[in-house]
Amino acid sequence: MSEAPKPPAELAPWEREPAAPQWQEAADDPVALALGEALGEALVSARTFAGDLTLEVRREAFRSACAALKERHDFTLLVDLCGVDFPKREERFEVVVHLYSFSANRRVRVKTAVGEGGEVPSLVPVYPAANWPERETWDMFGIRFADHPDLTRILLWEGFNGHPLRKDFPVEGIDTGAAIYPEYYEARQGPIAGTGTGWKVKNPPAAAPESGPEEKK
Amino acid sequence: MTGEPEVVTTTYEKLYNWARRSSLWPMQFGLACCAIEMMAVLDPRHDMSRFGAEVFRSTPRQSDLMIVSGTVTEKMAPVIRRLWDQMPEPKWAIAMGACATCGGPYRTYAVTQGVDRVIPVDVYIPGCPPRPEALIWGLLHLQRKIDRTRSRPVAVGR
Repeated sequence: MSEAPKPPAELAPWEREPAAPQWQEAADDPVALALGEALGEALVSARTFAGDLTLEVRREAFRSACAALKERHDFTLLVDLCGVDFPKREERFEVVVHLYSFSANRRVRVKTAVGEGGEVPSLVPVYPAANWPERETWDMFGIRFADHPDLTRILLWEGFNGHPLRKDFPVEGIDTGAAIYPEYYEARQGPIAGTGTGWKVKNPPAAAPESGPEEKK
Repeated sequence: MTGEPEVVTTTYEKLYNWARRSSLWPMQFGLACCAIEMMAVLDPRHDMSRFGAEVFRSTPRQSDLMIVSGTVTEKMAPVIRRLWDQMPEPKWAIAMGACATCGGPYRTYAVTQGVDRVIPVDVYIPGCPPRPEALIWGLLHLQRKIDRTRSRPVAVGR
């Protein structure tokens, strides 16, 4: 008898239809359009997933893209900055930054690819909050950030061997035999970096694993 | 007289051991979830003060028992060693739980694989985390160990 209640009009398409959200080209997104005009070729792709915009930019335009988002589109909050390791890619690392706009209540994700030994322009001049996340990304992945005021390890100790969130890093650590706090202990007397005495490292760090995480494009 | 002896003869060794084991002063020092169980051991239900070990001190200089209660990370290890060095002799150490004993589930680059890499340990308590009763078991075990100490009154630790 009674009609099924209509879904409210303000629901987004993926909320009305229970199908899994799909990646879509953000052709008509005003932020993506404006950034495409400003950056030109440096904007590699602009796509949306479940209503959130993802911008992929060239490395050299990373800071200017974020500066434009902050100044022209009011994305004032840096939510997070982190790295991702794709061992099979030519440029194996990705730096991902999440930005939030209070006025528009919307989020945007900016990604840039960087290879081993490459440098990403630091976001500290634009977002001072990027300081510690960039140090963490350097600590965990070994991605360098150009113009960072103090790019030192933040979680692990200075002298730690390797960058543990890389896919080819053995989780037990790499035993160099060096004491981690030489001011307290002589070598092999104190806690040993990562493994300590009597531990065998399963995967020597030189050999990359056969299979990396599946690439999603 | 009611039959109570007025004079008791004993040896210095037994007297010292009795005094030491009956008033262990642990250091107030929690590292992880095991510390919650260590707190519970002081509550009215378990009441570690029955064994004379309820005076948790906030400084290593007034303590003679270090209960390493929780995961020891490589960054924390030198701090533990420094605190241990600051404790006056004689002193004892209890490694509480799997993490302090051998690294526990964390066989990783960041976790010290047992606090005995850093300080000498007298009693290891298994469990993840050990129940308060297990810590009391460890304490009684340590008391028996202190009772067995055969040495001059100084330097009962190492």
